[in-house]
Amino acid sequence: MTVTISHYLILAAVLFSMAVAGIFINRKNVILLLMCIELMLLAVNFNFIAFSRMLGDEMGQVFVFFILTVAAAEAAIGLAILVVLFRTRQSINVEELDTLRG
Amino acid sequence: MITSLLFYAFSLILVLSALGVITSRNPVHSALFLVLAFVQSAMLWLLLEAEFLAVVLVLVYVGAVMVLFLFVVMMLDINVEELRTGFTRYVPIGAAVAFVVVLEIGHVIWFRSQDVLAVATPEPYPAGYSNTQALGSVLYTEHVYAFELAAMILLLAIVAAITLTMRRRPGLKVQNIARQVAVRREDRVRLVKVDPASGAASSEKESRSASNKSLSESKKTRSASNESGTAAQDSSAGE
Repeated sequence: MTVTISHYLILAAVLFSMAVAGIFINRKNVILLLMCIELMLLAVNFNFIAFSRMLGDEMGQVFVFFILTVAAAEAAIGLAILVVLFRTRQSINVEELDTLRG
Repeated sequence: MITSLLFYAFSLILVLSALGVITSRNPVHSALFLVLAFVQSAMLWLLLEAEFLAVVLVLVYVGAVMVLFLFVVMMLDINVEELRTGFTRYVPIGAAVAFVVVLEIGHVIWFRSQDVLAVATPEPYPAGYSNTQALGSVLYTEHVYAFELAAMILLLAIVAAITLTMRRRPGLKVQNIARQVAVRREDRVRLVKVDPASGAASSEKESRSASNKSLSESKKTRSASNESGTAAQDSSAGE
């Protein structure tokens, strides 16, 4: 049984949906939300690389390169915001962050 | 054959570690499971012959981003139990949403896999093919503006992260370098002429009044605190 592109796409779909489920069930912990976002981006990168191999085009891998860059920047800024948030509120519970009455 | 065995082994570990990320009790364990997931993804990308991105994933994600995550998780004093309340309440809806998502995407993939391309095994590159070289030849020619934009984004991330987390503690003693550099000789040095006949005390008083006069003549701004010579130390009190 050979591995085809569809196998990689299904694997990426499973990974993405697990990240979505993680966002639902860990909805109080901001750190775990950030981790689930990283997992989602990983699944998207899987799709990009699989399609890049399928079409024989390097463009998808260039896109993955940029996604990795943006995701690293996002993680750095997100964690910095998290540290500042914890410093001022002594908590990272999402449900206590209701200063804006959201 | 060995490739498909490796694919199934790696993807099994990947799915299990993703499950560990979203269900583990301790955020540190979640971060470590995420490291495992990234390593397995890099292995799978190697199977797809995207070698450069696999190495970048290990270097950037496992080496930098996840270490940052671990730092933050361990630095913050989080009450884990409080954050876990309602965990079991949200498991059914999360599982339902995940099931719907995987059903939809799987349906699309299955539907499109009638296409010849999707069921085709990606044929291996010929010997001597360099993934890094191919990527670089596209990245530095066609996408050079996007590449420089990525560099700007990284610079922005550096500046934003440092600016957000930098704080001035109150009551911290720091040097005021501008005031240290701007100090003059007559602020610090006082020449005392000692007359051996009348003793040191009276001449001290004279010279002190003399130096005070010269000080007030020279500049009004640095007055009382400069005489003791501790100009720099109290500078942080005003800030």
